[in-house]
Amino acid sequence: MAIIETKNLTYTYPGATKPSIVDVSIKVEKGEFVLITGPSGCGKTTLCRTFNGLVPHFYQGELKGEITVAGIDTLKHHTYEMAKHVGLVFQNPENQLFALSIEKDVAFGLENVGVSREEMRRKVDWALNQTGIYDIRERSPHEISGGQQQRVAIASVLAMEPEVIVLDEPTSFLDPLSAEKIFEVIYKLNKEQGITVILVEHRLDLTAKYTNHLIVMDQGTVRLEGDPRKILNSEETRLIGVGIPKATLLYQMLKKEGLNLGDTTPLSSEELADRLLEALKPQ
Amino acid sequence: MIEAQDIRYSYANKVEALKGASLTIKDGEFVAIMGQNGAGKSTLVKHFNGLLKPSQGKVLVDGVETTKSSVAALSRNVGFVFQNPDHQLFSETVEEEIAFALKNFGFKPEVIKERVTWALNLMSLTQYRKTSPFLLSGGERKRVALASVLAWDPSTLILDEPTIGQDHEQKDKLRQFIMQMQTQNKTVVTVTHDVEFVAECNPRVVLMKEGRIVADGVGKEILTDPALLEMSSIVLPQIAQVFMKLAPLGFPKDVIDIYEAKAAILKAKESIRLK
Repeated sequence: MAIIETKNLTYTYPGATKPSIVDVSIKVEKGEFVLITGPSGCGKTTLCRTFNGLVPHFYQGELKGEITVAGIDTLKHHTYEMAKHVGLVFQNPENQLFALSIEKDVAFGLENVGVSREEMRRKVDWALNQTGIYDIRERSPHEISGGQQQRVAIASVLAMEPEVIVLDEPTSFLDPLSAEKIFEVIYKLNKEQGITVILVEHRLDLTAKYTNHLIVMDQGTVRLEGDPRKILNSEETRLIGVGIPKATLLYQMLKKEGLNLGDTTPLSSEELADRLLEALKPQ
Repeated sequence: MIEAQDIRYSYANKVEALKGASLTIKDGEFVAIMGQNGAGKSTLVKHFNGLLKPSQGKVLVDGVETTKSSVAALSRNVGFVFQNPDHQLFSETVEEEIAFALKNFGFKPEVIKERVTWALNLMSLTQYRKTSPFLLSGGERKRVALASVLAWDPSTLILDEPTIGQDHEQKDKLRQFIMQMQTQNKTVVTVTHDVEFVAECNPRVVLMKEGRIVADGVGKEILTDPALLEMSSIVLPQIAQVFMKLAPLGFPKDVIDIYEAKAAILKAKESIRLK
């Protein structure tokens, strides 16, 4: 069953002259790891805001079309009702942190849904540990670095254990190794607990390997959708301005020169290196 | 020229973010400062336009100690673009945002108009001239912040994470712009986690860890040193990762450029064919 389904979704922010998303029809199955990418300003963030009802309930404006998330019509239900099902990690962590301590920020969502004290303790500690911020849990979220704030924002969503986690460039302020660790945590949650993940990212070199469902947006519309190995190999993707991973690009360049490296497009350096080792084996 | 001499800096909460950092950046250099979160990168570069003054040690910009100059005076020559654009944007339209500093620096109205148009065009923002910066996407707001500093043409540019939220095309434009600044002998210092961007530009790389500088050298050397990178919480660029694995076949390990990679692989293939 589809956990997210939109039909001809078109949305215009109040005061804007043109819609930010146009005729978006997508279907996400339960347990999928979906990656959304596309040029800056293409509507990725706006689409994410429809998944928990922030668009249109908070941002107002005009929404046309249909959208169902976790079986709920978001147009007819408030954002706070959606919060139990969908966790959204914002692009700018400062927009979602407000408590006096990191721990309290992470516990806030659970307090609102009436979880017992013991269970809250367990879930909060788990989320703090997963994101590597347990040791700084008593500090204020406003005196830590941008990268650490992103971890807090992710932890506060993880603690809720929602069915769907939507992450809008969640690691942009993090150093690469920390970013990789966070992506691994998210991937593990997806694989082991079946949580559906929607990740918005420009940096496909770090993230393409996690997905089997890629959505490429451009100027408010969904331009390409499906198998990342096919999409990242297409000329259209390059023309839209998607940052193809370097390992994928090198594969394409070598293939053009007649080097046989297999038919499926590699998405990571490991995949490409293995094929090169095979192709360049001394005979 | 920017000279930091053994500087230490502690925030009000007593966290010592810099524990004795020394660095000299010559005119016309392009330097990427990298390292894990909390290493002191942003704290260090905030000393270069006097936003922060060292608790100990000295920072000299063009020979003048930053403690003896104001941020306003230093800013004319050293432009700073923050990591989070929301920390610097406040005007009602993109155009006013970009014109703001130009007005403060006392540029003539016709010059302001010309510079605003130039900066809008450079950052692909012309269509948003009359739009509120707060209606724009994260990546677009970042470009407004960049445009507002580029507009006054400082001789040194400090960019804190300039590629956040930027797509491939915008990153490419930024890279070309930085190259162009170098031909004009202007200095660019960027704090960044974007290893692929650094690999494409191949600048001087300064690695920081826990308030100190732990490595300083050519990008190609530092970005292909796995032990050094791991210590700094950075991953190897993808091309370097591939070549690390190809090392048993006799390939060099210090490859970060995709064209160099292609040439080396095709050459190896050719030599196998000839054997």
